[in-house]
Amino acid sequence: MVPLYWYIVLSAALFSVGVFGFLARRNVIIMFMSIELMLNAVNMSLITFSHYLQDMRGQILAFFVIAVAAAEAAIGLAIIIALFRNKSTAHVDEIHEMQG
Amino acid sequence: MEYYLLIPFLPLAAFIINITLGKDILRNKADWVSVLAVCGSAVVAIYTLYDVAVLKNTYDKDLYTWIVSGNFKVSVGFLIDQLTSVMLIVVTVCGSLITIYSVGYMHGDPGYYRFFAYLSLFTFCMLMLVMGNNFLQLYFGWEGVGLCSYFLIGYWYEKKSASDAGKKAFIVNRFGDFGFGLGVIMVFLYFGTLHYSVVFGNVQTIAHQTVNIYGYVISLPTLIALLLFCGAIGKSAQLPLHVWLPDAMEGPTPVSALIHAATMVTAGVFLVARCNPIFNLSETALIVVALTGGITALFAATIGLVQNDIKRIIAYSTVSQLGYMFLACGVGAYAAGIFHLYTHAFFKALLFLCAGSVMHAMGGELNLQKMGGLKKYMPWTYRTMLIGSLSIAGIPGLAAFFSKDEILWLAYAGESPVGKFVFVLGAIGAFLTAFYSFRLIFLTFHGKFRGTHEQEHHLHESPKVMIIPLMLLAVGAIGAGWVGIPPLLGGGAHISHFLEPVLGHPHVHATHAEEWLIMGISVLIAVSGIICASYIYLVRLDIPVRFARNFRPVYNILFNKYYVDELYSFLFIRPTLWVADHILVRITDAKFIEGVVNGVPKSIGDFSQSFRRIQTGIAQHYGIVMAAGAIFIIAFVLLFM
Repeated sequence: MVPLYWYIVLSAALFSVGVFGFLARRNVIIMFMSIELMLNAVNMSLITFSHYLQDMRGQILAFFVIAVAAAEAAIGLAIIIALFRNKSTAHVDEIHEMQG
Repeated sequence: MEYYLLIPFLPLAAFIINITLGKDILRNKADWVSVLAVCGSAVVAIYTLYDVAVLKNTYDKDLYTWIVSGNFKVSVGFLIDQLTSVMLIVVTVCGSLITIYSVGYMHGDPGYYRFFAYLSLFTFCMLMLVMGNNFLQLYFGWEGVGLCSYFLIGYWYEKKSASDAGKKAFIVNRFGDFGFGLGVIMVFLYFGTLHYSVVFGNVQTIAHQTVNIYGYVISLPTLIALLLFCGAIGKSAQLPLHVWLPDAMEGPTPVSALIHAATMVTAGVFLVARCNPIFNLSETALIVVALTGGITALFAATIGLVQNDIKRIIAYSTVSQLGYMFLACGVGAYAAGIFHLYTHAFFKALLFLCAGSVMHAMGGELNLQKMGGLKKYMPWTYRTMLIGSLSIAGIPGLAAFFSKDEILWLAYAGESPVGKFVFVLGAIGAFLTAFYSFRLIFLTFHGKFRGTHEQEHHLHESPKVMIIPLMLLAVGAIGAGWVGIPPLLGGGAHISHFLEPVLGHPHVHATHAEEWLIMGISVLIAVSGIICASYIYLVRLDIPVRFARNFRPVYNILFNKYYVDELYSFLFIRPTLWVADHILVRITDAKFIEGVVNGVPKSIGDFSQSFRRIQTGIAQHYGIVMAAGAIFIIAFVLLFM
């Protein structure tokens, strides 16, 4: 049987990869995928603890996260397309309209 | 039943209706509201006089508690006694005639409704002033009439001289009102109340008190009386605060007649008469009042001799006549002062309205030297103005003869230490009054017309709505004095007996022979003044020119009104403007106020300018900060908790 410890390490590793990808990569699509990675890392730990504690609430919460992630993906991709149409680039360093 | 409440509140209602509905709905019908209201007040005022004089009722009633703060309590209350009822007649009867006259005079003016609204507001404030039963209500009315005076002097506000004159009147009055305000505070400090009945009832308690002001010991009654008198000097345009009244003639003529001749300017005399128990305690204050009045009466009359502006001559004449009223109060003859106030309201309103009628015909021309020969064009204006001038000159039988003679007689025969001196001042002033009044008549109505052909073509008698009030006022200028015919001439001196419960009666030590002598002198003075004027301005027209040439310095001093305006300009106005310009504008305003007002936003702006750099607009920078924060918090929790 795979111990709890491994799941948590995998989840933390996935999350760290997501964070690193979000901070280090400049392509908007890659950054977006990194965010999905972080969400799924969280899902994994939720399900792990749900199984470990024999409490279904963790798995319910994971479904919520998946639903929210789906909505977020729809909106996020729409934003990225609109952005790309306007700026003709997917490189975030060239997008700084929000500068003060 | 407080039926007398209708007297002030009808004009107030007219004001509210006119100011809210006048501009859009009533427009050129706004006159009706004001005329009806003030005529209604006049009817009630006449009934009030009947009530007080015949039914012997007086009222002193608090209706509403206005202010309560600790032991300071003021009510809105009304005092209807003999003095008030006489003042009510003056204000409402003159007020209604002048309001009716304004219907014709102001016809077609763009601010028609505004004029009538202010006129009604003025009437309300003046009535509150005379009807109040305490000092604060008096003060309320006092400031209210000052405000309306300011509105109406500057009525044609597009004209710079008119708005300047309004400001001048307001500011000069502030000097007097400052003293008046202090006087009211002193009354409260020493009596603990502002009600007339309590103050005047306990007035003996302050008779021998003194106050120490920076080492000078001053008798308390003198101090209070003189502070109150300060207000009277300002409002009634006595020396040295007389400068605003001639300039106030920039307002429409009915305003000059109502506010600056018949009613508001006499508020000072009313104040002194109302506070006579306080003034009677202080001989010094009475001497000051008498001397101020006597000197002003003569001073203003000399200026009136050489002026060419028809309204200004009458304005100086008003200042001079107000001087007589103060002279009377100063020698203790308050009733004679109020009697003169009452007759003066009629003949002076008449003179002003006649001058307005002349201006109406002349297309706004004010210069006497451009008039002449108007007699045949405007017969009714001529006749009524002649009656007014005969009255003010003091021709026996007419109104001012009785009141002025009474003043001069009581000044001569009374107990005042300066009585004889002010009698001489008043007698010389009376000669000059007769002279300048008839100079005005002769230059305006006699001789040949000296204006342009255009003006001559335009000359016409004024409409009936203006002429009828003139006739009614002329009746007043003839008959108003008959209520005060002295016993010597077979009369009953009704008015002084009527006012005696409020104003007392001066002690007189003289014989009938002397009384005849004084009366003879005053008739002689009046007649000789008229004869001199007619000789100079009808027969020997070269005399005024020769006088002006040979006595150049004297003429210049009189023509320039003793340079008082120039002196004030040098002493007060220019230093004030210098301080305003060099210190207030350039230092206080530019450095301090603008320093703070501009400095605070500028430092906030500078700070945020440096702080805005962290908002790069690049999402990953925010992500780094978030991640760093999360790591920091996690590390903190793991290490320390």
